[in-house]
Amino acid sequence: MDWFKILIDAGRAAAGVPAAAYALSSIGLNLQFGYTGLLNFGHVAFMLVGAYGAALTVEFGGSLWLGIPIGILASLVLGILLGIPTLRLRADYLAIVTIAAGEIIRLVVRSSWADPLTNSVFGVQTFANEFYALNPLPEGLYGIGTFRFDEQRFWVILVAWALVALATLLIWRLTTSPWGRVVRAIREDEDAARSLGKNVFGYKLQSLMIGGAMGAMAGIVLAVDQQNVTPDSYQPLLTFYAFAIVILGGAGTLWGPIIGSVIFWFLFEGMAGFMTGAVAEGWFGSAIESVDIGPIRFVLLGIGLMWLMAFRPQGIFGSREEMLVDDS
Amino acid sequence: MTPEQNSLLRVPHEPGTPKPDPLLVVSGLMRSFGGLVAVDVDHLEIQRGTITSLIGPNGAGKTTLFNLLTGFDKPQHGEWHLDGGRLVGIPAFRVARKGMVRTFQLTKSLARLTVMENMLVAAQDQVGESFWGSLLGHWRSIEAKNTATATAALERFGLAHMADEYAGSLSGGQRKLLEMARALLVEPDVVMLDEPTAGVNPALTQSLLEHIKALRDDGLTVVFIEHDMDVVQEISDWVVCMAQGRVIAEGPPGVVARNPEVIDAYLGAQHGRVD
Repeated sequence: MDWFKILIDAGRAAAGVPAAAYALSSIGLNLQFGYTGLLNFGHVAFMLVGAYGAALTVEFGGSLWLGIPIGILASLVLGILLGIPTLRLRADYLAIVTIAAGEIIRLVVRSSWADPLTNSVFGVQTFANEFYALNPLPEGLYGIGTFRFDEQRFWVILVAWALVALATLLIWRLTTSPWGRVVRAIREDEDAARSLGKNVFGYKLQSLMIGGAMGAMAGIVLAVDQQNVTPDSYQPLLTFYAFAIVILGGAGTLWGPIIGSVIFWFLFEGMAGFMTGAVAEGWFGSAIESVDIGPIRFVLLGIGLMWLMAFRPQGIFGSREEMLVDDS
Repeated sequence: MTPEQNSLLRVPHEPGTPKPDPLLVVSGLMRSFGGLVAVDVDHLEIQRGTITSLIGPNGAGKTTLFNLLTGFDKPQHGEWHLDGGRLVGIPAFRVARKGMVRTFQLTKSLARLTVMENMLVAAQDQVGESFWGSLLGHWRSIEAKNTATATAALERFGLAHMADEYAGSLSGGQRKLLEMARALLVEPDVVMLDEPTAGVNPALTQSLLEHIKALRDDGLTVVFIEHDMDVVQEISDWVVCMAQGRVIAEGPPGVVARNPEVIDAYLGAQHGRVD
């Protein structure tokens, strides 16, 4: 087994587009879940809406630079549509409605009824040429040794991490301000916040919209990287990647989603490489074959999450003291 | 004795009686849950600048009345005015901004915020609490001013040394004090305290009561729900007794305590014949 190659491939995911895009997505989810206490189980819907907003604008003759704002705008509208009926209710209702909304949107987009607009299951391809045309990097490979990316990929990676930095800056400003204190107060006790004159519904809606827009940005990054959007790549699973990342890094912490995403993708890809190598060398005999690797990866991910919740529920950056506070 | 307390001396001791200078006026307020009438108050006035205790047996509708008045619940019908302003249909957060702030029977300290953050979140004039204000506004000078006010309030309530601890690490009694101190930072005209002494040890209860009296002496109107008749006797200027959703008696504490209807409500109408 080529351990070095496994490590390089894992590192490629951890430094590359998947980690950056999911960091961005998780930063948004962390604002909603970690700071405001909103259980948004339909984060993938915001990613879908952002990516499709951008891709369809190009498909119908618009510019990608118009498409990106349209994608973001669509995610803000989605936040309002989901938030208005549910944010006045208890937290679990938001969870139910968002997980359902994510699936409804995906199924509508892939339906033959929506085909004239969305091209149904086939989606949209090669819509991001304008982005690559702006690439200032000369042709070549960037990196060290075998840990290298071509200029196109490296351009996406640079932009994606720059967006992560911008989003982190915004979250830092927001959460260290009195605005952030109010949303944390809402997370702790909505009625107490209300009794102190805070418009709880307004803050929750703002949090849902800002976090959703970051999800949409992440969706656009992934779509631009692949030059491809198809409805079935927006499975509910993507939301739970983001939740795993937020919890791994530490919910309600500034750096948690970024480090969480890097570690998550390193382990997730490293695991795939290791399993592929191990199966090829016949370590497991006929008990595990190459088709089983995908599902086993998810089993191990689930076990990892359970282990985390049991032994380090505050994640990497969370404070144990804060976690153990008696909130009765 | 303040003039406000003094003026209560001439008020007749009967349910729904008008007060010389009412801050809060309730009329025809009704809230039922299915067939159960939880609150059915014909008329009730709360005198400005006094401590009014709301007493009554369990299930009398005291907390429901609080919920209705502060916008946490909606009545089927009824009217209520705070200092002449109509409050019907106004959401809870606006009621608080208009000057009526409540506390809760089960203390709601914001556990994963520090004691100081608990205080600061109650301040009303912070531009940094709006989305754009937090990014572009000059909120740090306001923050400094509010921190000074909050520190003074924490000192008054004996919590200053805990300012940087998580509120969740306070004892039950300290949380009650924090909740009261926090309510004051909203700068209300009237505070509605739902069982402020429940679960608090006797020594701390005394200091809590002194704080409540001090609030009145500062000109605040205090309405509070209380079960302990000794406490009621000690600090109330006026007592309102509810039973089965209605106001059944009003008057100074000594008078209400001897009212046969009140004794009936607490002990049941048959109490005279217990062997």
